Amino acid sequence: MAASSKLMHKVFQDASQFLKVGCRLQAQNVICRHASHFTYFKDEPLKEFGDTSKTNMFQAINSAMDIALDTDSSAVVFGEDVAFGGVFRCSMGLQEKHGKDRVFNSPLCEQGIVAFGIGLSVAGSTAISEIQFADYIFPAFDQIVNEAAKFRYRSGNLSNCGSLTIRAPCSAVGHGGLYHSQSPEAYFAHTPGLKIVIPRGPYKAKGLLLSCIRDKDPCLFFEPKILYRTAEEEVPVNDYTLPLGKADIVKAGSDITLVGWGTQVHVLLEVAKLAEEQFNVSCEVIDIVSILPWDKNTVCESVKKTGRVMIAHEAPLTNGFGAEIAATIQEECFLYLESPVKRVTGFDTPFPLIFEPFYIPSKWRCLQAVKETVHY
Amino acid sequence: MHSKLILRNLRAVGTAVRCFQSSCASSSAQLNLETQNDSRNSSAPVFPVDFTSKLQVTTERDVPKIPIYQVLGSDGRLIDSDQRIDVDEETTVKMYEAMMRQNILDGILYQAQRQGRISFYMTSFGEEGVAVGSASALESTDLVYGQYREAGVLMWRGFTLSDFINQCYSNDEDLGRGRQMPIHYGSRKLNFITLSSPLATQVPQAVGSAYAFKLAKNGRCVIAYFGEGAASEGDTHAAFNFAATLQCPVILFCRNNGYAISTPSREQYRGDAIAGRAVGYGLAAVRVDGNDIFAVRNATKYARDYCMSNNIGVVIEAMTYRVGHHSTSDDSSAYRSKEEVEDWDKSYNPITRLRLFMEHSNWWNEEKEKLLAKQIKADVLKAVAEAEKKLKPEISELFTDVYYEMPDHLMEQSAYLADHLKKYGEHYPLDNYKK
Repeated sequence: MAASSKLMHKVFQDASQFLKVGCRLQAQNVICRHASHFTYFKDEPLKEFGDTSKTNMFQAINSAMDIALDTDSSAVVFGEDVAFGGVFRCSMGLQEKHGKDRVFNSPLCEQGIVAFGIGLSVAGSTAISEIQFADYIFPAFDQIVNEAAKFRYRSGNLSNCGSLTIRAPCSAVGHGGLYHSQSPEAYFAHTPGLKIVIPRGPYKAKGLLLSCIRDKDPCLFFEPKILYRTAEEEVPVNDYTLPLGKADIVKAGSDITLVGWGTQVHVLLEVAKLAEEQFNVSCEVIDIVSILPWDKNTVCESVKKTGRVMIAHEAPLTNGFGAEIAATIQEECFLYLESPVKRVTGFDTPFPLIFEPFYIPSKWRCLQAVKETVHY
Repeated sequence: MHSKLILRNLRAVGTAVRCFQSSCASSSAQLNLETQNDSRNSSAPVFPVDFTSKLQVTTERDVPKIPIYQVLGSDGRLIDSDQRIDVDEETTVKMYEAMMRQNILDGILYQAQRQGRISFYMTSFGEEGVAVGSASALESTDLVYGQYREAGVLMWRGFTLSDFINQCYSNDEDLGRGRQMPIHYGSRKLNFITLSSPLATQVPQAVGSAYAFKLAKNGRCVIAYFGEGAASEGDTHAAFNFAATLQCPVILFCRNNGYAISTPSREQYRGDAIAGRAVGYGLAAVRVDGNDIFAVRNATKYARDYCMSNNIGVVIEAMTYRVGHHSTSDDSSAYRSKEEVEDWDKSYNPITRLRLFMEHSNWWNEEKEKLLAKQIKADVLKAVAEAEKKLKPEISELFTDVYYEMPDHLMEQSAYLADHLKKYGEHYPLDNYKK
């Protein structure tokens, strides 16, 4: 099901409201031309989680934070512009409900936001902090990598900042250019002590975010911003959590394993459909969900079964997280592989504005890679 | 009326600019804002100052410098004989003993590093009064974030000589499990957050902890120590601004000792040092003679009361001098004269100054001094001898505490190392580690 143009218009309005560049008409042209680089595939929530309602991803994230604030009196939500509801509406209504002391704006300073969250967590609060775009997380890199990730280890477990969660919108949005499109997960995947999670839609986002908030390690939660409004499905209204460090086989198959995360999972699901239709190839699609620690077993079991694998991500190729997965697969599945491990990713360039359709690992680039891998 | 109109026009322009950037608001929205009758109903920015028709530039010279608060003169007598000191003989002697223990411990561990017995060390010479004086003014439940030259705070709170020495020797009794370089102390029991090397990272963290304590209404305060060099880091800016805007009861305590390694403070900043920055952030500030332990204590006590009752950060800047080298990896004679160091140590030493005061008060004499120094030296040497004999932690502790629970990949790597050591163990210093 392709996102309707009406829906996409809404996405445009919402996103461009906060982009500091570009003229409206130009941006509109861009987005109309290539916004639907993917088709959203809905998730089915587990029955045991109870009643559901139709929810998009920003609402699901809002619901997770609302539940976290309800169930944990020490929890606070903060960041740039979160008080009025957030530039992507994720914290809408939370300040009215939970008070100005618990849902509040911070000064515009990412290193301060993360450090403040670490301090809250060290003192026993649950800190849910927001970095407005993942592209702007780098000023906080020192606090995340040198401080948050190492807090428990370096103190011999005397203190920790395990109740810290950092949320950040990430990845392509159609017209985000260099600084509203990045997928920085690989920078952080090289840092022991962190957990990194990327949901593929509303149902996963709510359960995984609640898990991150309650997890005893500092978590980075990257939210593919293009899904905030385009992704809509039935989501349990109650409190539920989904496991961290666990990959999902979102579609079973026998000829090739396709591995991705975030928006790219939907691209891969469509590729699987096209491959089936066009050259009768059965693809197994895996969403690895957690970048760190990642679920090596699920991926390697699948590759041992299919003998072929393609990994796809939006971030650049060189040292992208696909490299880690590929290296592990060749080590664990060497005797099972019938073709080289294939990677389809963004190019080793900054994320471009007008060339976005040619930059992203589109379904056509992925489809070509599947074809070449199967016919190797 | 005229300035009010300008204000309104400026606000309208400001709104228009923001709307242009976000391409969100229609022109009617601007009109609505413009016709709002009272700015107090709006969260739009207002200028809280008067306009002037005279073009004027404000320079550093137009703002008075913050004076240095003193209680004790360098002769060990009260500057102002009417001044009252809230410490009795017992507390004063306790403060003196803590400074002396720090000083003698520093002397011995510095030598231990020179002899290659420990890998690294940093002394607190000349700054013992800053740490002990401020620590004595805090409640024991107040949370401390330090930089690395505040071991006197732990000394005051009861960290034992063995606690210090075991950390420096990275043995199995190091509370930090031998993972960090020497002098990176921490104690959960004493509410002292484990130190880390990256400068100034602790300052905005302390602000976050203070916010948590404010919400928990637990009556606890937070103090963050940092040097004047660290104050140049972006994290210190973050801390000052967050402490003010989010109204956090935190003491931001700067040790201004004149040098950041080789960089003299005149190459570190040009304004009224660190305390002079506070008002720009809307924080309160005190500048104090860091070699005067009573002044440090009084200022910290006042700052604690002030920040707790007003829910606002307070900056304390203690002016002092780094008598020792920056660290054991530094020879400070490469960038400053021996005479300069000797002058400072002789004229402004915080230990000497307090000792003179105690002697004037008939609380101290040569005999007590000799006895104390001898006892501390013996205690330190005994603890060093014990620490040297102790094994290092188990090798498997390389892998624990990375996460709350050990993930599969770390279990695999731990098992791999254990297997490797079975096969190649003779090439590693296995005997030094606990089994």
